[in-house]
Amino acid sequence: MTEGTVPDLAIDEADLAIDGAWDDQAVERQPIALVDLLDRVLAGGVVLAGEVTLALADVDMVTISVRALVTSVSALAGQEQDRAP
Amino acid sequence: MSDQDVPAQPSPGPDAIWVYAVARGGTLAEREAGVSRPDDGSGTNEPLAGIAGRPVRLVTATDLTAVVSPVDLAEFGEEPLRRNMEHLPWLEAVARMHHDVVSAVAKMTAVVPMRLATVYRTDLGLARMLGQRRSDFLAVLGNIAGRSEWGVKAYVEAGGDLATPPADRGSGVAVTPGSGAAYLSKRRAELTAAEGARKAAVASAKRVHAELAGQAVAAALHRPQDPRLSGTGSRMIMNATYLVDDRDRVSFAARVRRAASMNPSLRLELTGPWPPYSFVAPEPGAQTIGAGASR
Repeated sequence: MTEGTVPDLAIDEADLAIDGAWDDQAVERQPIALVDLLDRVLAGGVVLAGEVTLALADVDMVTISVRALVTSVSALAGQEQDRAP
Repeated sequence: MSDQDVPAQPSPGPDAIWVYAVARGGTLAEREAGVSRPDDGSGTNEPLAGIAGRPVRLVTATDLTAVVSPVDLAEFGEEPLRRNMEHLPWLEAVARMHHDVVSAVAKMTAVVPMRLATVYRTDLGLARMLGQRRSDFLAVLGNIAGRSEWGVKAYVEAGGDLATPPADRGSGVAVTPGSGAAYLSKRRAELTAAEGARKAAVASAKRVHAELAGQAVAAALHRPQDPRLSGTGSRMIMNATYLVDDRDRVSFAARVRRAASMNPSLRLELTGPWPPYSFVAPEPGAQTIGAGASR
């Protein structure tokens, strides 16, 4: 998101309907939106009890992080709009 | 920016072990001499680098193998980590590095991704935990082998039905300035129309989700993302993700495309393939479509 990435692939623009010719790397090569990534790495994945007790299973922790994200992204979004034609 | 906002800088200190993912022992063990990025045809089989560029290695216990790299406790210990996690650039960098490694090994074999910030002090501690959770890991590995995660998000466009209720469109009804009753009546009609449009969009999204879930091994819903995060001004009403057999990926994408064309009030976005982040936890998210999507 910080590099002016295109967040996701819109279906209409995807080259997905070409039978048998779909390059399965096509979607993968799109830059990954940070928010999509955080949905998965902060809320998904297996939670183990770490010896350092990094308790991200702790809901409060995730909430704090996401709040920080929202706050920060407001500023980022402003920059994105400034760059847009 | 105050000093408190600056991420803790790594200073030479003891290392801990960051865990990216867990696989069956034999599937990665043959690469123990050096975990490498999948051969991209370039002939350069460069070693896989983890967080802070440090080398990825394997920790094996019984028939499980964890993919790990060293991290500095001064930056990744519990207290500095809590502080750093709230610093967005730090969080983004770490999340992307974590994902890079998980994705790379997921291309080699079935892996169970760890949640961000799973850190152990020693190989022995990690190995002990792998032993304790062995049956859980094997069960999950059996479920995700040969499958990938695909995200589908549904938006209602700003300026579409939600933002501009039909009552607003060329109704020709002039509202007399100062006419409180007329204004209230018009406003009420707008709200009713907007609510109707919202319900229709949610109903469409539910149909799309039901159809796609029928094509997938499993489905889960994440919380719809805040419009400020997507930066599009569109309201997201569904943030779904699906576990799909790799051999069905083309037909799944075709289903998504068809759903997009059959539901013009929605804009659908497909992302993936993802490592199966959303399908390895014992309790997947309990989100419902249309909830939590208000601005």
